[in-house]
Amino acid sequence: MVANEAELRGLMRASLRGDAAAYRALLSRLSANLRAYYKGRLARIGRSAAEAEDLTQEALMAVHTRRHTYDPAVPLMPWVHAIARYKLIDHLRQTHASMKDLPIDDAEEIMAQDHHVGSESAHDLNRLLGQLPDKMRRTIQSVKLDGLSVAETASQYGMSESDVKVSVHRGLKALVTSVARKGRL
Amino acid sequence: MKTDDLIAMLSTNVEPVDHRQIVRSIGMAVAAGTALAVGIVLFVLGPRAGLTTIAAFIPALLKVAVTAIILVPASIYLIRLTRPGGERRSSVALVALPFIAVMLLAVLSLTFAPSYHWNGTILGDDWLECLISIPLIAIVPFSVIVWAVRQMAPTDLARTGAFVGLVAGCVSAIGYAVHCADDSVPFFALWYGGTIALCTFAGWKLGPKLLRW
Repeated sequence: MVANEAELRGLMRASLRGDAAAYRALLSRLSANLRAYYKGRLARIGRSAAEAEDLTQEALMAVHTRRHTYDPAVPLMPWVHAIARYKLIDHLRQTHASMKDLPIDDAEEIMAQDHHVGSESAHDLNRLLGQLPDKMRRTIQSVKLDGLSVAETASQYGMSESDVKVSVHRGLKALVTSVARKGRL
Repeated sequence: MKTDDLIAMLSTNVEPVDHRQIVRSIGMAVAAGTALAVGIVLFVLGPRAGLTTIAAFIPALLKVAVTAIILVPASIYLIRLTRPGGERRSSVALVALPFIAVMLLAVLSLTFAPSYHWNGTILGDDWLECLISIPLIAIVPFSVIVWAVRQMAPTDLARTGAFVGLVAGCVSAIGYAVHCADDSVPFFALWYGGTIALCTFAGWKLGPKLLRW
């Protein structure tokens, strides 16, 4: 299955309106493209393919937390590609790889192939969640993992609905930050 | 963590997102920065003498207007740069043009002025105050705009930083124009243009550190 711009863009537009099923379909399609992209890039500069899964997840989280920066009037894949490339360069910079070896590439390449075989990344979700403040961890657990609605979570913890939304949003951003920092350890 | 588990987590209870948020956030940051810069100038330096008279108001307005000619396209480009891949869709030339036009005007007005007047028109009454004030005041709008840009996703951090610096420099110059009583074109071109260029350079240097996400 190769990335289809029109189809993925349709999924993205639906996702931005809050369509969870479309969003899930989009992310799993993108994960396959991203995995293939990172495997190819990392192999070319002699890096292990194991890093590809970490990067795929980091890119997916970046797509999620920065999805408000997508302009629905323009094609989706160049946007995804720019994020994927940014995360790759950031990763290589942190792990002290030579930047000279990274060829300039264009959006077609990320659409050209995909890999569906996902493996496990080195990111440990429970450990990452454990680093968050209690309120963020509880709301993410409830809304994003247990699948309770925002209203249910709000009444369970005696918070307002907007408070729950803000807490989930900040928590996810904090997760992305701690995932991105692990390269420096 | 399995990638499928991550996808399940991210797509559970997904909130609708407004894609116009970028324009609103950056626009508000620039507006707030302008209000702060003008406020600082009014309270710390004070307005120029006789600002309510035509003779002082028109040149002040002109300086504000010319700076705004650089500020508006720079802000539009900044908004583009805060989207991933935005650097591919922006050309620096259009923003540099107004800048070059003012510089050319300055050179022209110098060639038409007798050379013994050059010192006066270039240095004005207070070139040092201008040189110090604009970059110093720019720190405030710069911080506000950096904060807004950090919510976005620029992928060319140096260039985005440079544009944050350019916008902050323009905003600061607009504030300073309320106070400044030197109205010659060469003065404006050299000290306003120079300090705005300095702010742009500082933003270019600071961008990769401040805007990383």
